[in-house]
Amino acid sequence: MSETRTIKVEALTRVEGEGGLHVRLNGNTVEEVQLSIYEPPRFFEGFLRGRPLEEVPDITARICGICPVAYQMSAVHALEQALGVSISPEIRRLRRLLYCGEWIESHGLHMHLLQALAGRAIHPINVAVGGFYRAPKKEELRKLIPAFEWGLQAAIDATRWVAGFDFPDFDRNYEMISVCHPDEYPMNQGRIVPTSGLSIDVSEYEQMFAEYHVAHSTALHSHRTSDHSSYHVGPLARVNLNREKLCENARRVADDIGFTTPCFNPFKAIIARSLEVIHAFDEALTILREYKPFKPSRIPYQHRAGEGWAATEAPRGLIYHRYQVDDQGKVELAKIVPPTSQNQRQIELDLIDWLPRVLCDDDQHTADECERLIRSYDPCISCSTHFLKLTFDRRESRDGGP
Amino acid sequence: MTDSTTLPNPPGAESSTVAGRPRPRLAVLKFASCDGCQLSLLDCEDELLAVASAVEIAYFPEASSRMEPGPYDVTLVEGSITTPHDAQRIQEIRRISRTVVTIGACATAGGIQSLKNWADHEDYLRCVYASPEYISTLATSTPIADHIKVDFELRGCPISRHQLLEVIGALVSGRRPRLASHSVCLDCKRKGTVCVEVAQGIPCLGPVTHSGCGAICPSYDRGCYECFGPAAQSNCHSLTDQLLNSGTAAETLLPLLRNFNASAPEFREASNRVASMAAHSHKESGIAAETDCIKEFRHE
Repeated sequence: MSETRTIKVEALTRVEGEGGLHVRLNGNTVEEVQLSIYEPPRFFEGFLRGRPLEEVPDITARICGICPVAYQMSAVHALEQALGVSISPEIRRLRRLLYCGEWIESHGLHMHLLQALAGRAIHPINVAVGGFYRAPKKEELRKLIPAFEWGLQAAIDATRWVAGFDFPDFDRNYEMISVCHPDEYPMNQGRIVPTSGLSIDVSEYEQMFAEYHVAHSTALHSHRTSDHSSYHVGPLARVNLNREKLCENARRVADDIGFTTPCFNPFKAIIARSLEVIHAFDEALTILREYKPFKPSRIPYQHRAGEGWAATEAPRGLIYHRYQVDDQGKVELAKIVPPTSQNQRQIELDLIDWLPRVLCDDDQHTADECERLIRSYDPCISCSTHFLKLTFDRRESRDGGP
Repeated sequence: MTDSTTLPNPPGAESSTVAGRPRPRLAVLKFASCDGCQLSLLDCEDELLAVASAVEIAYFPEASSRMEPGPYDVTLVEGSITTPHDAQRIQEIRRISRTVVTIGACATAGGIQSLKNWADHEDYLRCVYASPEYISTLATSTPIADHIKVDFELRGCPISRHQLLEVIGALVSGRRPRLASHSVCLDCKRKGTVCVEVAQGIPCLGPVTHSGCGAICPSYDRGCYECFGPAAQSNCHSLTDQLLNSGTAAETLLPLLRNFNASAPEFREASNRVASMAAHSHKESGIAAETDCIKEFRHE
């Protein structure tokens, strides 16, 4: 069969933002796979220039309503570096609590912690350069403890259940990248570590990784500068590189279910994610139980010209920010690399290998299987467990263009 | 006070409450936005089940793989219009929707991305994209109501889920939504929050900003930054004069006004006025070098 068949998934459902998948086949040979993000560009890096740096956590939160904390955290860390601000241990702990809240929220749509700590769950208002606008009152956080005790147990049960899913045998030859910290499971701080090769300081990120622009996507792609190869960020990368830093509960469950690492099967990212939810509940509980209000909630600083960068771990993987600011406290340059754009090329490469295994005459089935693989990278609201039904176009064409 | 928008015959009136009749069909669509307002609907948790039983969720790609074609009784629209394709798509959506409700600052006022309305669009393209020719985008970000007739607008960045539930509930039961349209300032008084502007001198847009957030920022010791857009009968002119006279620099006030609802007419007018006053005073005082901030915000 020599005619070209085009399978189009017009809209990927239950993923953050707008995207589509375009597969071109020649017989049973996969000629091309394009994951198209057609999210309209909004130019954050353009309009951040000239803004007061204090607004950056509020504005960058609006890049994503599902993981605003990741943008806020990366922004404040980078700006604090540019300003030479050192935050207190209390602020640092509260930020970890906030990040735990986002991981829990992003994986389970559970909002209460973010509301109590940051004013609201979507676009929190309490994150400031230097700390928090106000430290929460003791009772505001203490009242969450019973719900989190329940949540921890639910997360453990859920992980055991998830581990029993039927996973396709699909081991990949990946480079995985995660932030790693000597003392803790990575969230806000650490070096950038690949599964093979040497770790780097965050300041070297742009030497090791570069963004490039492809015609079929409004989201930029990323690759390693050395050989233009792709890489994988996200929960699986984090667990592979930081398993021993997970809390005892999560490690015990990982051992009980026989989860072996390093794991290079993207479908099993759901297990990594579940283990992380256990960790997030566990660590949040520790912080909630020990919490005492503190002052100052925000470290004062003077404006100065400078540059700062930060890599933190968004629910979906490493996120990198770099800012240049002037001596008036205005942003001169902003560079933001979200996890989705870093994973994009890797997803396409996965699909090229996955497609021959799921190709059949039933295009609907093939499309479903492709969506399943894509969704394994993007868990933001994939918590519902019902199966997929989607619409797509099938057409025959010589040139294969959509 | 309630918003005075008049709805066309609410579709739920004849189709939902009578047993045996089909439930109103709900669609949720997205343009240029962050997904946060749609997430507010999923965030309804307990109430979501009630919503799901009162309406048929026919099209909501972020939540469900089910994507039924139109027509729809109620269409919730998130996001602003920034591409030629979306400018066409919204026309089609109006055609197949009986009631269109915009949800959030992007759909209702153009969103934070409407800052490009004051800037050089080509410059933004070059700043972000290596190959600007791959990108098809308009020079402006505009609210949905600039393109089609909108039946009801829900404000906020993000919207309030309580307001959203009130609108859905009202449409389903065939009455007009009852939403407060007073200012955040009044909410602070009701909560007993000490005024951050009076007590701490923090510039606050609470007096001109629409109720809906629960007046959270002042309760966290920060000024309101207008997530919910202009309140009914907001007097931006008076507030900006007051802030400028009491020592807030124009450079501080400008970005505060040009924020998530920068292109809402009341805020647009107020910020342009502050920008031209600042530019004028710079000129008069013989300061040659305008700051970048003023320069950046002078266009239009």
